[in-house]
Amino acid sequence: MSDQSSQAEIVRNSLKRRYRKERRFRLYGMVAIFIALGSLFILFADIIGKGHTGFIKTTITLDVTLDSEMMYLDDPTDEDQRSMADFVAPIIDALQDHIPEAETAAEKRELGRLVGNYAASEVRDLLENNPDLLNTTQTIEFLAHDRVSTYVKHAGNPRYSIKLSEQQQRWVDELVEKGVIDTSFNDVLFSRGDSREPSNAGILGAIVGSLLTMLVTLAIAFPVGIAAAVYLEEFAPQNKFTDFIEVNINNLAAVPSIIFGLLGLAVFIGLFGMPRSVPVVGGMVLALMTLPTIIISSRAAIKSVPPSIREAAEGVGASKMQVVLHHVIPLAMPGMLTGTIIGMAQALGETAPLLLIGMVAFIVDVPTGFFDSATVLPVQIYLWASSSEQGFIELASAAIMVLLTFMISMNALAIWLRKRLERRW
Amino acid sequence: MKLKTALTSVALAGSIAAVSTPAMARDTINIVGSSTVYPFATVVAERFGRNTDFPTPKLESTGSGGGLKLFCEGVGTQHPDITNASRRMKPGEFENCQSNGVEKITEVRIGADGIVIANSRDAEKLDLTLKQVFLALAKEVPDPDGGDELVPNPYEKWSEIDSSLPDFEISVMGPPPTSGTRDAFVEIAMQGGCKQYDFIKNMDKSEMKSVCHAMREDGPFIEAGENDNLIVQRLAQDPQTLGIFGYSFLMENTGQIQAASVNGVEPTPEAISSEDYPVARSLWFYVKNAHVGVVPGIKEYIAEFTSESAWGDNGYLVDVGLIPLPRDQRMKTAKRARNLEPMTGNEL
Repeated sequence: MSDQSSQAEIVRNSLKRRYRKERRFRLYGMVAIFIALGSLFILFADIIGKGHTGFIKTTITLDVTLDSEMMYLDDPTDEDQRSMADFVAPIIDALQDHIPEAETAAEKRELGRLVGNYAASEVRDLLENNPDLLNTTQTIEFLAHDRVSTYVKHAGNPRYSIKLSEQQQRWVDELVEKGVIDTSFNDVLFSRGDSREPSNAGILGAIVGSLLTMLVTLAIAFPVGIAAAVYLEEFAPQNKFTDFIEVNINNLAAVPSIIFGLLGLAVFIGLFGMPRSVPVVGGMVLALMTLPTIIISSRAAIKSVPPSIREAAEGVGASKMQVVLHHVIPLAMPGMLTGTIIGMAQALGETAPLLLIGMVAFIVDVPTGFFDSATVLPVQIYLWASSSEQGFIELASAAIMVLLTFMISMNALAIWLRKRLERRW
Repeated sequence: MKLKTALTSVALAGSIAAVSTPAMARDTINIVGSSTVYPFATVVAERFGRNTDFPTPKLESTGSGGGLKLFCEGVGTQHPDITNASRRMKPGEFENCQSNGVEKITEVRIGADGIVIANSRDAEKLDLTLKQVFLALAKEVPDPDGGDELVPNPYEKWSEIDSSLPDFEISVMGPPPTSGTRDAFVEIAMQGGCKQYDFIKNMDKSEMKSVCHAMREDGPFIEAGENDNLIVQRLAQDPQTLGIFGYSFLMENTGQIQAASVNGVEPTPEAISSEDYPVARSLWFYVKNAHVGVVPGIKEYIAEFTSESAWGDNGYLVDVGLIPLPRDQRMKTAKRARNLEPMTGNEL
């Protein structure tokens, strides 16, 4: 008896210490979560803080008189004449209507630098497509030069340096007051490919490239992954050889992605002679990378189908094939889809293997097919983030926001599918 | 049913990918090569794409060596048409090209790139030599007491290196290792100064490089970020600090900063393009003549690059920081380039 009471005594005495220990343990957990959430918050705050201005463009709206004498252009359909014509003059003339003080040639040139570098080609394209507009006055919305855009959006921000002369700054202030220079939603970002000029650059090319690449990845990785998983789970004999395959698939899931890029370079481009920088090769490389993820999650999904269902099906006379096709795969499908979507989301954010197969490149034209040169969203972000022009800082962050939106929606889809379709046994 | 449609659509997507066979005829110019030339070449490519009916060329930044390796792998549309380089092709690379069937290559020198060492206009204008630069910034320097020993850099003031230099502390802001300017500075300026010591020059090549390329880490050399404006502000505030950057950056800020002359030569565009200024290098691109006429637009691309409106004294490449060649050299180079005169290999 006394022995028992002394034990109770020991427990009672240590109770306080043990409670304290537990409270401390919980606190560690809370701190860990706080650190994780905190860094996520800092990341988001930094990206959104830098990137929200990327969704704004600066425009200059001018009433341009397309005077044929001023442009030395009589016939806009004639290519030779077009190449010799001066499409800058009418733009400067229209700007002068608002800033009459710019009179000397040097001042006019300064004034002309307020509009983007491709304003003249916009006028040329307009006239080429609509020759009737010659000698009329058109209201045209031009993109402002990057320096103007930086000044309008970031004057006073120490991270940006203003590269306009004081005279130009005064003119810009005046034009802003008159409403000639205005800011609006940056639709250019979503309707064009890459450009060396930040105000002209867009992510449409990268989005389409990502889409094409992901389609190839899905088309290869999904059927192959599921076939492999079904075979390994349902048909393969249990022997040393299948064990060996299983170990290797698990190892493959941990192989750094750059290795797959090297493989793609050596096999697809080197051996098969496929072109560089195309979505097909990118998709094939990423398919190899996502295969292990899909196989592993699909096998887990198949394993979780209760044996009673198989036995019941076999009991009513179904063949092995019928059991698998009619019962096991449909029931395992939600798990397989979840694994596939998570694998695809991973592939969507991948850049390292694409570096080696030439998808890290300056590509302006939006790709139209699987064999067109293309780049992908994360690569575009990398390219912009390493550019020296200030305007790309905000564009890179804006593109990160778009990429994160895609990722979050894919993961949300995976969760939704699991919640909706998953059956509990 | 749902499963069937899902499977069919996936199979359909797969067959689309499989059926569209590799288009062996390529209509987009493929360009690879130097990251230093990349900003110039991309601007030309974009203009070219906008102003002609040809598609915009595709550019990969692979580095000069990587670009020449890809370029020399062979003739055929799976290989690039043009490679950019921030140094001249090496004889070994030319031979590699020849042995792989890339026989006719047109060499185009597009301009130059200079690296300047500058300080505030309020301070004394400096006249440095490469040896002094090396002694000021290297991690290990030859023992100042003589002998062929390397010791950790003991110099704290410029005047300790040479009595002709001002009596203030060494403090130099330079680009981070990720920058191409840093590579060029280390390779040309640091190595140039370092090789003036015979015992270092006679070292094994990799050992020599590790001695010459190591920048000091004890404070006097400050790795600045890529923010140009901050460096200018620092230089303007502190007249005793020096900065290292590309020539184009000096050009934009001549009101606040001035460049030191190196080995007695001022970094003027003329001195840089003639390579009299020691920390300068030429930029090049190489064209595979066998692809002209096979891939459309190569000739027109060369014409655009070598037009006065691009690489001329007032061209748009100057706005991005290119130092143009002297006009007579431009004219000669442009003519040779447009006629696709191949290299003989003897000029290297």
